Amino acid sequence: MPVQYYIFLSIALFCIGVMGVLIRRNAIVIFMCIELMLNAVNLLLVAFSKMWVDAGRIDAAAAQLFVFFIMVVAAAEVTVGLAVIVMMYRNAHSVDINILNRLKN
Amino acid sequence: MSLQEIIFIVLSIVSIVTALGVIISKNPVNSVLSLIVLFFSITCHYIMLNAQFLAIVNFIVYMGAIMVLFLFVIMLLNLNAELEPQKRNWLKYAGAISGGALLLVITGVLRSASMASLDMENASEIGLIQNLGHTLFSQYVVPFEISSILFLTAMVGAVVLGKKD
Repeated sequence: MPVQYYIFLSIALFCIGVMGVLIRRNAIVIFMCIELMLNAVNLLLVAFSKMWVDAGRIDAAAAQLFVFFIMVVAAAEVTVGLAVIVMMYRNAHSVDINILNRLKN
Repeated sequence: MSLQEIIFIVLSIVSIVTALGVIISKNPVNSVLSLIVLFFSITCHYIMLNAQFLAIVNFIVYMGAIMVLFLFVIMLLNLNAELEPQKRNWLKYAGAISGGALLLVITGVLRSASMASLDMENASEIGLIQNLGHTLFSQYVVPFEISSILFLTAMVGAVVLGKKD
């Protein structure tokens, strides 16, 4: 199976994530789209790791550890981000990101 | 067409349909449920690619912890389809068109790239917990410790942000 299949699947998922960030105004859904983009990149890294293993390299475990660290960072990011969203809802009673306009002044 | 390709195509269709469901559905709860199915299909992809450790971690961390956190926050904020903020229509079209243009450009660039093909028949041992743990705790032990500090910081930050002032 060519590795292109996985590349194109990752591109499709990543672009759907970008589209979601652009067209939605709900902050939580935007967060979910960021998770989607991170997962697309993770899938690509795992596919490249498999390609590297098939090429006979023994250091292909590094790619999978990168995915592990991306997951760690994503988990920390979600924790803080959802706390920020809860604070935003508490102050503005909405999760509409256009509310954040008021940060300008 | 081999069995692996059929499994790949089915999983990819599930992934892309649920990813579209995340960004199209009006109700945020439906978005979270689509995202759970999407993560499950990505976990199946990891198993197909012989990344067993990552499949388990994806299952536990994303589908267990992060999705519960999302659902919990949506329940806490009492969001539903009526309160869903809507963008103006032309802005939605502009976003969809620019995302589609990005898709077209990257696909067009990578279409002619020549890459090695994956050998799905023979299973590799590299994704097992033993190998990854050996690499993690010998070569990558410093990033591992730094990530624990990152977690501590995120935890303290979330508590400080969520505290009523």
